[in-house]
Amino acid sequence: MNVSLDWRNIAVIVVLAVLVALPLYVAVTGDRFMLTLFTRIIILALAAMSLNLILGYGGMMSLGHAAYLGIGGYAVGILAHDGITSGFVQWPIVIAVSALFALVVGSMCLRTRGVYFIMLTLAFAQMAYYIVAGLARYGGDDGLTIYKRSQFAGLIDLSNKVQFYYLCLAFLFGGLYLSRRLINSRFGMVIQGSRSNDRRMQAIGFPTFRYRLAGFVIAGTMCGLAGALLANHTEFVSPAMMYWTRSVDLMVMVILGGMGSLFGPLFGAIALLVFEEALSQVTEYWQIILGPLLLLVVLFARGGIAGLLTSGRHG
Amino acid sequence: MLLFLEQCLNGLQFGLLLFLLAAGLTLVFGIMDMVNLAHGSLYMLGAYFAATFAALTGSFVLGALLALIATLLVGMAVELIALRRLYGRDHLDHVLGTFGLILFFNELVRLIWGPAGMNLGLPPSLNTFVEILPGVPYPTYRLVIIAVALLVALFLYVVVMRTRIGMLIRAGASNREMVGALGINIKLLYTFVFGLGAALAGLAGLLQAPILTVQIGMGENILIVAFVVVVIGGIGSIRGAFIAAIIVGLIDTLGRSFLPDLLRLMLSKEAAATAAPALSSMLIYLLMAIILVLRPEGLFPASGK
Amino acid sequence: MKKILPGLFRRGLFALAGVAISAGAILALAAGQIAAQQKTVKIGFVSTFSGPTAVIGNDMRNSFELALDHLGRKMGGLPVEVIYEDDQQKPEVGKQKTEKLIQSDKVDFVVGYIWSNVLLASLKPVIDSKTFLISSNAGPHQIAGELCSPFFFSSSWQNDQTPQAMGHYMNQKGVKTLFLLGPNYTAGKDMLAGVAATFKGKVIGEELTKWPDQLDFSAELSKARAAKPDAIFVFYPGAAGVQFLTQYAQAGLKGKIPLYTVFTIDSLSLPRQGDLALGVPGVQQWVNDLPNAANKKYVADFKAKHKAYPSFYGAQTYDAANLINSAVVAVKGDLSNKDAMRDEMRKANYASVRGPYKYGNNHFPIQNFYLQDVVKDSEGMLTLKTVATIVENNRDRFHNECPMK
Repeated sequence: MNVSLDWRNIAVIVVLAVLVALPLYVAVTGDRFMLTLFTRIIILALAAMSLNLILGYGGMMSLGHAAYLGIGGYAVGILAHDGITSGFVQWPIVIAVSALFALVVGSMCLRTRGVYFIMLTLAFAQMAYYIVAGLARYGGDDGLTIYKRSQFAGLIDLSNKVQFYYLCLAFLFGGLYLSRRLINSRFGMVIQGSRSNDRRMQAIGFPTFRYRLAGFVIAGTMCGLAGALLANHTEFVSPAMMYWTRSVDLMVMVILGGMGSLFGPLFGAIALLVFEEALSQVTEYWQIILGPLLLLVVLFARGGIAGLLTSGRHG
Repeated sequence: MLLFLEQCLNGLQFGLLLFLLAAGLTLVFGIMDMVNLAHGSLYMLGAYFAATFAALTGSFVLGALLALIATLLVGMAVELIALRRLYGRDHLDHVLGTFGLILFFNELVRLIWGPAGMNLGLPPSLNTFVEILPGVPYPTYRLVIIAVALLVALFLYVVVMRTRIGMLIRAGASNREMVGALGINIKLLYTFVFGLGAALAGLAGLLQAPILTVQIGMGENILIVAFVVVVIGGIGSIRGAFIAAIIVGLIDTLGRSFLPDLLRLMLSKEAAATAAPALSSMLIYLLMAIILVLRPEGLFPASGK
Repeated sequence: MKKILPGLFRRGLFALAGVAISAGAILALAAGQIAAQQKTVKIGFVSTFSGPTAVIGNDMRNSFELALDHLGRKMGGLPVEVIYEDDQQKPEVGKQKTEKLIQSDKVDFVVGYIWSNVLLASLKPVIDSKTFLISSNAGPHQIAGELCSPFFFSSSWQNDQTPQAMGHYMNQKGVKTLFLLGPNYTAGKDMLAGVAATFKGKVIGEELTKWPDQLDFSAELSKARAAKPDAIFVFYPGAAGVQFLTQYAQAGLKGKIPLYTVFTIDSLSLPRQGDLALGVPGVQQWVNDLPNAANKKYVADFKAKHKAYPSFYGAQTYDAANLINSAVVAVKGDLSNKDAMRDEMRKANYASVRGPYKYGNNHFPIQNFYLQDVVKDSEGMLTLKTVATIVENNRDRFHNECPMK
């Protein structure tokens, strides 16, 4: 990939520079809310990026991706509630639990296609939703407040907003790097090939099921980590974070930003959340604008923001 | 035993309500191959229209009839303006486009009717109970819901199995291209089917309004359950939707009502109190997962694909 | 379109528009923060202003505004600015809105909170920022006990207090067996635990329903009837209370099994419950006919302005405004003197519409609870009337678990 100065690359550079420099702006203006908002944007961008891996590149339309946000969040929340606040314990558990859940769900759902895949992923997410809603010990429907963020033995202080912001940003960059490596690897080629023609890939001799399952597990784990970050950010987890409309929110970010484009989910998360925040200050009826806009994007701008930014090259 | 019978009746009533919602969904799904999340919005609109018209006319029945017509018109308008353009796109586009419609309708309702929700009162003649068995009074209105839903089921059966439009609908569900090739005005058929589905959703919404709620977002929860019904029954199959709706209604109600006691026999009181609500809510999703593993096309696959 | 604009130019235009919109949005966000730096008392108000329980939020807002009018919209010489936020009855939304009030608007007080689960979710950011939170409704047992805080005050009650009083009343009425029904969230569990704590008979059944979306109680009512209790106790606030009474009557239970309620019949739900509510007893720490001067003024002015009786939600919120005022007056507008403000509020040194009360160590009121009945007023409007005092100077049962002295 040779870097040329087209609109998209300019936008990418500008956005990344703004993200890196944001704490400076906050330090000057004292506007802590911007930091809170953008920490949230970055975390959700990471979640959307993980969805993009399977949805955008693999064509796997998971309508249950928010479940991993919840699972990662609840792993942190439940452990913290029971007095285990060390991040060195919490985070590996987050990875293990979300990977395991993705493995189980993936191995069942990936045997189906199309709308049945959508419905099965949704069903598993709903089941996860009801399980945590039933955990009376951990707040049930009411959710769970996290009184102590993950502790990393003094290496990094997650209660420090700036340090936490840069940690999230580091995760985002890590996610971007990982995604890029994956997509351009043989593995990425197989799941992309399987999206357009699974039979042919199998005929060539690729065990596509295993490749797609691996992709599903990687995406789930990434989203689980985003969930752990989100739990630390909001200091609160509730079943609502895995409700089906949240899964659609993640999809919206991916589509709005540009499906199957590396930076698309980041653009999408920024656009959606900033739009939401700004518009909700102008009018409380902002969704009446967002709704039709979404329909218009689906109808006329399939490539999303990344697609609009791409100059002629891909036609 | 009496309690069990009564709960079965409650389950049947919930199931039939689900059927009304699922019938429209499965028609649209089967014939246009369209995932329509905005179906829940039409359910909501039905309830709001009914509450408004009933207040205007002073008659529950008249209000309900006007509401049906209004939802039918809104449904056809939505199809003509927006959804028509989504046919033939992949399901992802359907999910997102119609989710946009959900947001739009939720806000529109808030703009027109305010955020507080509405009230739809019953006429005094319906606000009573009938002693169905000695010692078991049952709300009259719930019996009315059961009767109306059964009539609608019969009506749909006749329309789909005995009329020319029904023949086209069935043909459309199993082979879309063929119907088009026969020179049928497929666009008109689609608009009609969508309107019919919308009216059914509106009917479900207005029927439940007096006992439940008229509020923004009321369709989002039940929509997912209706989708479960559609998938269990087999996409496009009215008969499948009917049977699956009753199964889902019964399982949900009986699970909610008897699972806690059942679990208490096996687990400690604490564990049962935790597990029961989660498990009873999960039952229908478990059922769907199992059925999809055993019969990937649902109980009554409509198409011969 | 394609033919009119060459591709590259068109895309560039779109991109520029996108960037411009984003930049504009960020600027708009930033501009909001800079305005209004002059000295005011800034109060953030979190309640439910959308959905079926929006009536409660509006009643609270109306009462808060009325209190401010009565205060001349000034406290300790400073103008008052209130920012209302809608929690949509969802804990996570309430928390976000609270954080925004603290971080972005930098308010001096946070008031409101109908729902215990929303309050519990929102508590931490407020306490962490050393801002005062006055709950004018929710009173979960956690905050009365282990989570009590020097920055938290209640102008209402602890959840268990009201049902505990109802338990006493049912003992008086000779109820021997009881069936409990309530929503499955923090307050619902508190209410059922509260009634069980003082009720001396046997609880023969208990059902918690999904909250707030389950409004069909048919399965639960069937179970209640099958259990054949002497009485049914319920807690269904807001619109759910209307649904419950309707379905209770439709199921043929009215007149068969007596109903005892807390927070189910109030001035907001009464007009919709109508005659179904007649003869159903309730308990409250405030009733609109309490004969003290502050209350008479409040109820009369509220009725004149809104053509309806205020609810207990409103009364508690009216009190919250006056409680805050007492603190601001005591420090003569020096809002940084939090210790002095806290000391003043602990005295409850203002004219509460429920009559005088005291604060316990956990900042929850020690107060009377009254039995209330539904009657028709002179204009034929349904309203609530005080029948008797059930308990006097009642203190919540969790104050011993609170480490504050």
